[in-house]
Amino acid sequence: MSLRWFADWLDTHAWSTALHESFYMYPLIETTHVLALTLFVGTLAVVDLRMLGYAYRTTPISTISQSVLPWTVVGFVIMIVTGVLLFYAIPVRTYHSVWFRIKVIMIVLAAINAVHYHYRISKNRVLWDHAPKPPRSVRLTAAASIFLWVVVIFTGRMIAYNWFDCDRPQPDWVITVAGCVIDEVATL
Amino acid sequence: MTLLDVFERLEEMWIGEAIRTSYWLFPFIEAIHLVGLALLGGTVIVVDLRLLGLTLRSRPVAQVLLNARPYFILALLTMFSTGIPLALSEMIKLYYNFSWWVKISTLGVAILFTFLVRDRIVTRHDVSRVTLGALGLVSLVLWFTVAGAGRWIGFS
Repeated sequence: MSLRWFADWLDTHAWSTALHESFYMYPLIETTHVLALTLFVGTLAVVDLRMLGYAYRTTPISTISQSVLPWTVVGFVIMIVTGVLLFYAIPVRTYHSVWFRIKVIMIVLAAINAVHYHYRISKNRVLWDHAPKPPRSVRLTAAASIFLWVVVIFTGRMIAYNWFDCDRPQPDWVITVAGCVIDEVATL
Repeated sequence: MTLLDVFERLEEMWIGEAIRTSYWLFPFIEAIHLVGLALLGGTVIVVDLRLLGLTLRSRPVAQVLLNARPYFILALLTMFSTGIPLALSEMIKLYYNFSWWVKISTLGVAILFTFLVRDRIVTRHDVSRVTLGALGLVSLVLWFTVAGAGRWIGFS
């Protein structure tokens, strides 16, 4: 089953087109999306660096988490709101974007990693809360978090480039991964 | 030799030429620039929010600053080592780009302010809360102006 109908439906909205073509709104939303990266990934990186034992080694992990993560959440909310608006402005192309697809998968993996840490690994946090260098399992989730969000940043930036767009001649693997509709490609 | 001549010379250098002729080099370096931005912003934000009393209040300001500093410097080096090649690939465009001039001049002010003003005062004893808050606020405004103007280079 394809979610293409949803992208097509968004594309029929007058507001979607208006947002895409607006002189200031689209760049402003995109700039907000990029700047919020500092608040979201940046503050999360500080927490991850603590969990890796690279920074704030004398500060308990619980202190860093409780104090810094609320700001990370603020950043995340801004990312989601502006990200949804960016998708809304250009739904069909973004839906078929290979980069966007990888990005979404990475976000899901990062979410699974976060949930895994929150509900499993942090259960016995009292044992290593004050440890300058926490156990391996903790350091692994922190490393995974940094890796996944770096890939999200990379793939997110690449969405802007049209190398793998369906309206250009593409090898079979791109057509498959991007879910290009063959009839459409033929008419173009 | 005018400033524009200098910019033309810089654009003609092999590094800019290599980036212009490559399909993927510019986007690739740009993406690393963004990863650097995230770390740079994160280390700036955590320190400045502490100065404003909005995070890690149980920790001394100097400790929060000194722990973040190596990563702030690492991020700054990442930004320079990616930003300079990006700029060299399009010097003439940047010469006529108002956002870039805003970014570069604010960047100079932000670096001087961070190392010579903010960090020096924060690592002293007995600094008033109002002073610390003001330093945090000025730092945030400066760095977000750099980042915002930086993103706007591509739109203007």
